[in-house]
This record gives sequence, C-alpha cells and structure tokens, in this order.
Amino acid sequence: MTSTAVPADRQQGLTKLGGRPTLGRYMTQLWGRRHFVIELAYSRFRSQNEEDRLGIGWTVLGPLINAAVYGLIFGVIMSSGTRPDNFVPFLVTGVFVFQYFSSCLSGGAKAIVGNMGLVRSLHFPRAVLPISLVLQNAFALMPMMAVLAVIVLLTGEPIKVQWLLVPPALLLYTMFNLGISFIAARMTIHVRDLAQLIPFISRVLFYMSGVFFSVKLTVGSQTGKAEILAMFMEYNPVHIYIQLVRHGLLTPDPKEASGAYATPGMWLMGAAWGVGLMILGFVYFWLAEERYGRE
Amino acid sequence: MSEATETVTPPADAAADKPGQQQKKPTVVVDDVHVTYRVYASGRPAKEASFLRKRATSMRRLREVHAVRGISFTAHEGEAIGVIGANGSGKSTLLRTIAGLTPPTKGAVYAETPPTLLGVNAALINDLSGERNIVLGGLALGMSPEEVKEKYDAIAEFADIQEFLDLPMRTYSSGMGARLRFAIAASVTHRVLLIDEALAVGDAKFSRRSEERIRELRDHAGTVFLVSHSLKSVLDTCQRALWIDKGILRLDGPSDEVVKAYQASVK
Repeated sequence: MTSTAVPADRQQGLTKLGGRPTLGRYMTQLWGRRHFVIELAYSRFRSQNEEDRLGIGWTVLGPLINAAVYGLIFGVIMSSGTRPDNFVPFLVTGVFVFQYFSSCLSGGAKAIVGNMGLVRSLHFPRAVLPISLVLQNAFALMPMMAVLAVIVLLTGEPIKVQWLLVPPALLLYTMFNLGISFIAARMTIHVRDLAQLIPFISRVLFYMSGVFFSVKLTVGSQTGKAEILAMFMEYNPVHIYIQLVRHGLLTPDPKEASGAYATPGMWLMGAAWGVGLMILGFVYFWLAEERYGRE
Repeated sequence: MSEATETVTPPADAAADKPGQQQKKPTVVVDDVHVTYRVYASGRPAKEASFLRKRATSMRRLREVHAVRGISFTAHEGEAIGVIGANGSGKSTLLRTIAGLTPPTKGAVYAETPPTLLGVNAALINDLSGERNIVLGGLALGMSPEEVKEKYDAIAEFADIQEFLDLPMRTYSSGMGARLRFAIAASVTHRVLLIDEALAVGDAKFSRRSEERIRELRDHAGTVFLVSHSLKSVLDTCQRALWIDKGILRLDGPSDEVVKAYQASVK
C-alpha cells in the first residue's frame, strides 16, 4: 500500500475552502450574483402556477378570494362596530399586504432546507436564496397592488397624491420581510421543527394585525392588562406596514382616525423595523454561511 | 520542508514521486478530512434484548455516519485523478467536500479557487422553456449575462434541440433533457473540475460528443477528478487513481495499479 500523501506544508499558497468570507466580501460576492438572484426569482415566479388554467392569475385571484371570504364572515355575517367605513378596500389592503409577510415567512423558512440540491452542487453566497424568495414574492405583489388600486377606485376613493406614499412603505416592508426571511431560513436549519410552528406564528399575527378589523376600534380604549395587548397589536410591525399602505390609499376616517391612519411615529417605527431587521437578519444569516452545506 | 509561501515548489509528494518527474504546482490539498453526518435512525441495533424486539414501536435515535474518515492527499496541475470504490464508500461525499460544498467535520481542503462540480440540474426548472433554462443555468453557474448570451447558441447547438427551445423542459425526452443539462454545465471553463459519474448518458452519438467535451474540459482545466464505476473510463482518462473504501483512502497511485488492486479485492 503506497503511503498517502500528507503535505508537510498545509498552505502551499492555497486558500482553505469553505471558510466564511468577511461581511464586506460577502456583500461583494452577492452583488456579483445579482443577475442570478433576479433570474431565479422571476423564473420561479413565472413557473409557480404554470400548470393551472389561469396560470399567473392565481397570484391575484387567491388573495382576492381570501379577502372575499373574510369580508363575508367578518363584514357581513359577524359584523360589528369594529369595521370602519368603506370596509371593502380596507379589508382587501389588509389581506394583500399581510400575505406578502406570510409568504416571506413561510418561504424564507424553506429557502435553504428546500433547496439543498442547489446548495450541494453550486457555489454561490447562500443569501441568494432568501433574497430571491423575497423578490419572487415582490413580483407577486405587483399585480396585487394593481388590482388593489382598481378596487380602491371602484369603491369611490379618489386618486390622490398620498398614493405616492405607498412605494416607500412597501420598500420598508420589503426590508422587514428580508430580515424575516434570513432569520427563518437559518433557524429552520438548526431546528427543522420550527417549520411546523410557522403556520401558527402566521395565524397569530394575522389576528393581531388588524387585517379584517380596525385595531383602534377593537382595542383602542382598553386599560390595564388588555392595554398591553392593545399596544402590541397597535405597534406590531406588520400592522404598522398595513396601516402605512392604507393611509396612502384610503381617506382617513373622520371619526377619530379609526380606519386608514398613520402617524409620523409609525413611519419612524416602520423605518426602524425595516432597516434594523434587515441588517440583523443578514448578519445572523451570514454568520452561519460556512455551515449550510452540511445537512 | 519549506515554509508557507506563495511559491510554486511543494515538498516531495509520495503519489507523484517518480524518478525524474518534475514537481508540479499543487492545486488541491486535502488534509485529514472527516465528514460525519448526523442522521435519525428508526431501526434498532440487533444486540438489544429480545423482549424489546417484541414491541411494535421503533425508537428514533440520532446516529452519526462517519462517511469520510481522515483522507489526505495532494492533487497537482495537469493531473486527472480517478476516484473508485464500492457504492457507499464515501466517494460522492468526498467529492462534494473537495468542491467545498460540504464542510468537513474535521480537517480542511485547500485550493486556489473553489473546485466546481460538473452539473447544473438543481437550478433548472422543468416548467420553463429550454431557452429560459439555459439563461438560468448559466447564471447559476456563475456566468455573467453577457457570457450567457455569447454561449447561448453554442449550448443549443451542442444539445441539438434548437427547434424545441421555446417548449418547457418537462416536454423534452429524457435524452434531450440530459443533453441540454450537460451542454449547459459543460459550457463553463473550470480550473479544478469534479465529475461525478454517469454524465455522458444518451445515445451513442451524444455519448461520443460528451466524452469529447469532457476531454476538452480536462485539457483546459488544471486538475480533474472523475468519480466512476466504469474502470475503463478511469483507465482511459486518468493517470492517477484513489481507491476509497468505507471512508478511508485505501490506495493512491498510478491508475493501472490501483484499478488492478481494486479488481483483485472485488473478486
């Protein structure tokens, strides 16, 4: 048996593979792969409903039907004083905007574990996957926003300058969702079971974010223990982003700003959550970069 | 023994050491690499007491599978190295570790640029057209959009599917699909190339063309690793071979010797 070659000099001018690059270098690598990120996101978006008759139509139709069901149950059958005037665009905005978050949360959780084939065969900074996922959902959001604009106009709301507030709100929201995606992607690798909890987290946030009711009208005047819950609902970032979009599109309710309100404070919080979570999430994800191929 | 420098001359390497042979530049150094998988096992070990066996439930236990156990070697510029061994011996795991895609549990791999696996299947999407997939696959492999545009026609021609480019890949025959995947993967130039088996599938005509292309890639690449069960391909294409057996490097030497030893052990 010939002896195996054990190099005396480990380096020999070669670099060790699989080490984690510095944050700066990682971002440079990521920038270099931007075309791949975009192409992957767009290709996956296009092929999402490829075999269905209505194809891409379902990206809008699905959430629309969702909104109709909630509208029927909570607006008509179980109606109460918690729904503001002009409930329809209020509700549809809530449903459409919320689903951007929930799809980034559930998709982000699968971004690495659902792509092990890619991770095991090709070299690229793994952040490509959660970023591409969020971009894919952003592509789905665009037709939804168009349909939303039509619904808003059809229900009597005018076009106004405030509509220009919607893109920056969505941008901050996208940054927030990127952070969510990074964190979910890495956490599910360490504990696969987390993927089982994701639907429940989504559910809880759905009921706490004023999607089909107005938070102010429901819990606005609580005191004591309920007040803490009320504050959580009021200031949870998903609710903030929903309100920012509503504020841009709809006329604020004259009675105590119960429907489409947004204070400058909320804008600040939206910006803080967006920028903060994106940076935190990205760093958290990058810290485990060298481990993503193992399982 | 020399210190860590950026120079080209490595210390004497047993595998490449023949009287009169020039010392070539090392391109990949694998240093005492171990890869251990942690897997949930649902079976029970045979030695447990018989009364437990009567229970219908099986327990899930965490087990460690030591796929690669302390392998070390150095690969040099211009070498074509075959990797042979029984199924489950750890060859594919070793290859992915050499590529830097599976991090080793212990030890390290050193290379000038990350070695690349020949294959792009994971990135392609069956519901999309061959055309879209060429772009997607090319970008996944690290090409720039300009490179993809340049190579697009050559890829379509090599795969011989020009009339079907606008149809979704799921409508291609298995041969067409395999040809396209290979054509995309083989359009990239590699410095250190890793080929894991059974790539040249397809009819005789394609098989010949793909073997030719692999030879071209080999000539352009600095170093090539070929995992194969076909001992004939290993003998044809590689001067050196590694015999991996149950995660250890059993033999490392000229391919004819290693293949002979392997065949002798299998009889």
